[in-house]
Formats: sequence, C-alpha cells, structure tokens
Amino acid sequence: MLCDICKQNVATVHLTQMVEGKTKKVDLCEACSKEKGVDDPTGFSLADLLLGLGAAQEVEQSLPSGEAKCSRCGFTHSDFKKTGRLGCAECYTTFAEGLEGLLKNMHKGTKHLGKAPAAFRQTLDLSDKLQSLQVRLDKAVSDEQFESAAQIRDEINSVKNQITELASG
Amino acid sequence: MNIHEFLASPPEASKRTGPHDRIVLSSRVRLARNLRGMSFPGWAKKPERIKALETVRPAVESLEQMSEAFSESMDNLTALDKQILVERHLISREHAAKNAGSGLVLNREESLCVMINEEDHLRMQSLRPGLQIKEAWQAIDQIDSLVEKKLDYAFSPTLGYLTACPTNLGTGIRVSAMLHLPALVISEQINQIIQAVNKLGLAVRGLYGEGTEALGNVFQVSNQMTLGELETDIVERLNKVLAQLIEHEENGRASLLENKPKVVFNQIGRAYGILANAHSISSKETMNLLSLFRLGIDLGLFPGTARSLVDELFLITQPAHLQRNYSEKLSADERDLLRSDMLRERLRSVSRPHTVPATPTSSKLDKPTE
Ligand SMILES: [Zn+2]
Ligand SMILES: [Zn+2]
Repeated sequence: MLCDICKQNVATVHLTQMVEGKTKKVDLCEACSKEKGVDDPTGFSLADLLLGLGAAQEVEQSLPSGEAKCSRCGFTHSDFKKTGRLGCAECYTTFAEGLEGLLKNMHKGTKHLGKAPAAFRQTLDLSDKLQSLQVRLDKAVSDEQFESAAQIRDEINSVKNQITELASG
Repeated sequence: MNIHEFLASPPEASKRTGPHDRIVLSSRVRLARNLRGMSFPGWAKKPERIKALETVRPAVESLEQMSEAFSESMDNLTALDKQILVERHLISREHAAKNAGSGLVLNREESLCVMINEEDHLRMQSLRPGLQIKEAWQAIDQIDSLVEKKLDYAFSPTLGYLTACPTNLGTGIRVSAMLHLPALVISEQINQIIQAVNKLGLAVRGLYGEGTEALGNVFQVSNQMTLGELETDIVERLNKVLAQLIEHEENGRASLLENKPKVVFNQIGRAYGILANAHSISSKETMNLLSLFRLGIDLGLFPGTARSLVDELFLITQPAHLQRNYSEKLSADERDLLRSDMLRERLRSVSRPHTVPATPTSSKLDKPTE
C-alpha cells in the first residue's frame, strides 16, 4: 500500500476518523506522517489532513472522469470551492453531478417551477400537448378508431413541426 | 445630469408613503438574470464584461419605463456618488465597489433600478414604499418580460434561470421588506420571532450594523430559497409572514404602553433629549435614537411632527449624505459634530414628548404612607 500523500513510499501509518458521519481512511508513510504532524497528538493537523483528503475524495467521486473543467469558460471545481460562484451558465452542465446534493440542501426542490422565457414556455406547452396527443392516439388505435387516429397523427405532426420551428428560430 | 441632481431630495424621498409604512419602510423584489454564452461577471475578463454591459445597457435603456432614466457606467461615478446610492438602498455595497464594465440604470421615479454586471449580468429591482411586495413583483415581472424579448437569457427548463451563485438559481427572485420593529426589540421578543421566521425558510437580519446587532431596529426579511417554488408562492408566503410581523409589532407596542409605559416614555424622552441637545453624535447612536423618536411619533407623543421628518433625518445623517454638503473630506469626528448641529437645528421646532398623565397607581406611590 502506497502513501496517500507522496504516493511513493510504502504506508506504515494507518489512520481512520469519522468525518461528518463517514469513515475516512488515510494511509501515510513514516516521512509524511512526521511532516504533517500526525504523530503529534496535540496538533490540529490530523483533523485538517483528514478533512482535506476527505473533501478531495468526495469531489473526485462526484465528478466525471478526467479533470473537471468547463469547456466553455475554463472554470474548474477548485475555482468553485474557492469562490462559491460558477463561471458561466454552461458550468451547471459541467458540474451537474457535484451540484445536485448542494442544491437539494439549499432549496425547496431541484426542479425549476415558475417563470420561463416566452420561447421556452411555448416549447414546454407544445411538448405537454404532444404527450396528451400521444395518449389519445394510443387509445384510438387500441379501440380501432382508425379515422380519428389518422386525425390525431396529423395533429401530432403539426405540433412536432412547430417544435422544430421554435428550436431553429 | 449627475446623480445628485437626478435623485429626489431627502425631504421629497422621505415623503413617499405606502400601506403599513408605520412599520414596513419599503418593499423590494429583485430578479437575477444572465446572458447565454457569456461568462458570469465575476469570472469574465474585462473585455467580456464590457461586451456584456454594452449588450445589456441599451436593452434596458430602450424600455418605455426607462425613458427618463439615469444610466451610467460605474467608473463614471465618484466614490461619494456610489455611497449615496448605497445609503438610498438603490445599489448593493458590492456593486458600489465596481468600476469599468459595470453599470446602473435607474428610472425617474426611483422605483426600478437595474444593476448591470454586479454578481450576475442583470440584477433588476423593483422598489416600493410600505408593504407592496405583490405590486413590486408585478412591476419587475413586466420589466423582465420586456427585457427577455431583447436579450438571450441563460435558462434551463430543469434548473430555471442560471445564476452565478447556486443560491439564486431557478427563479432568481429575492423578495424582501425593510421593517421597523422597536417594540419587539424593547420587549425582547425579537430573537424568538427571528427564529420562528427562519423556520419558515425566510431570512431576517439587521439592516444596519454587523453580525447580530440591528442599528435603528431596522430588519430585513427575505426569502432564501429560489428553486422549486413558484414566484407567486414565494411572494404570498412572505406577504403572510409580514402581515404577522406587523401584527406582532403593533401588539408589542400596545402591551408596552399598557404594562411598561415608564420604560417606553423614559427611552423616548432620553432619545429626544440627546438628539435635540447633543454637540457630537455618531451615526450609530443617531440611528438608534431616531428609531425611538420614530416610535414616539407613532405613539402620538409628538403631535404635529410628521414621521417623514425622522425618515429624512435617518437619511441625511448617514456619512455620505452628510459629506456631500462639504467640499473638503470630513473626518469621522467632524461628521459627528456636524451631525449633531444638524439634529439640534431640525429638532428646535419639535416640542418635548407629551406623555400621558401619571396613572392612579403611580400617583398613589407619591402619597406619603400613613
Ligand atoms: Zn508519503
Ligand atoms: Zn463555464
């Protein structure tokens, strides 16, 4: 087993501690444990060390593989930890997984309710309409109401065209 | 036109009235919006910030509601101008620290104020005197719908309006009211009430002063959560809580008068005494004493004195408002002298507080015992 800090020497000091209800495990070599003051029982560095490593682990787990960096603005996860702000709107996609738990704690829900710009509102309304037409179509087909099924199909096509138009324009 | 000529004079500004303004000083609704495809102001490099300002500013200026607006880039305002705007509650302290690449558009009535490139590309605020948060929401909703036609907002169907800080995500709405709650402070009920309001997901903080101290007994109540709830539900919830706070404060005043009239008269009388006679007074002490003076007016102890006098004094005794009458930079000590001069002068025509004649129980105490 290699040391968690230098990743070179063999770990001989093994520490575990409960941090926020989770067990954190750290394995260190002789040199690193001395340097970090782990062998000093009065030092505060043990808790700090464990917390620091724990936070880094959690961030790594919650992020997709590779270095997490917003492809549009170059903002990184450590920038977020430093400032508590994001770099651009795209960052919400880049860091979506890491943000989910945070949003859950912070807000009433994680799904937006309320105002939307008119263009989105129309698209949202149309997709609702599309869904209910689909339900009606399935029923018409199963009831062998082929004439009305054909009508509903025409309506569905027209709604789909409207959605495509909104998306392109 | 500079900002001093544009803004209503302090006496005019203090005469604005609204429902329940005995207790609710003002109502505000703010919406945070950002542009698609551009970095948020805190992360954008200067050229990108300037580009965002040049996109947003004309869009806001072109609104009919902004036809006679004051519109300026923050680097064209002096430190004093910015501080005046902060003292008028028109811009945030954070925005006052901005320079090139940030801007401000304020309508003629001072009821709509848009900060450009504060923490978000747009921070649009609607301000009303008294308890008018529904009206403020309707006004800013309308402005937002007009601006949305001119700008491409960063919006996600699942997360709503995308903001620099996740705490504003979703609706981007912050609904708030400023309240004057002296009776709840004097009767020591305020902490209990703050806790109860916090449990409803609303924040209460002293508007002036650091940490937990609330200078002038002025508190701000606002929503904290912005995602997963309709704007109208947030407005409704705050409205209900404000109605309860008004009731608590009114009950608190009535019960103080009934149960501890001497405590109240003593505090108000001393406040009047110091304000009308001091020769040096700090901004902090002034705010606390003016709060008691305001309470005295509300309780009818100063017949003939309008509440707007206190509100005006509250404004003009703040550091930047005091400084603007003088060309040379005043030190804090000099401001304390000039502040007291101003207060003595303005209170000369205000008579001592009328207190209710002593009650039978207290007159009994004056009689010699047998
Ligand atoms: Zn090591
Ligand atoms: Zn980004």
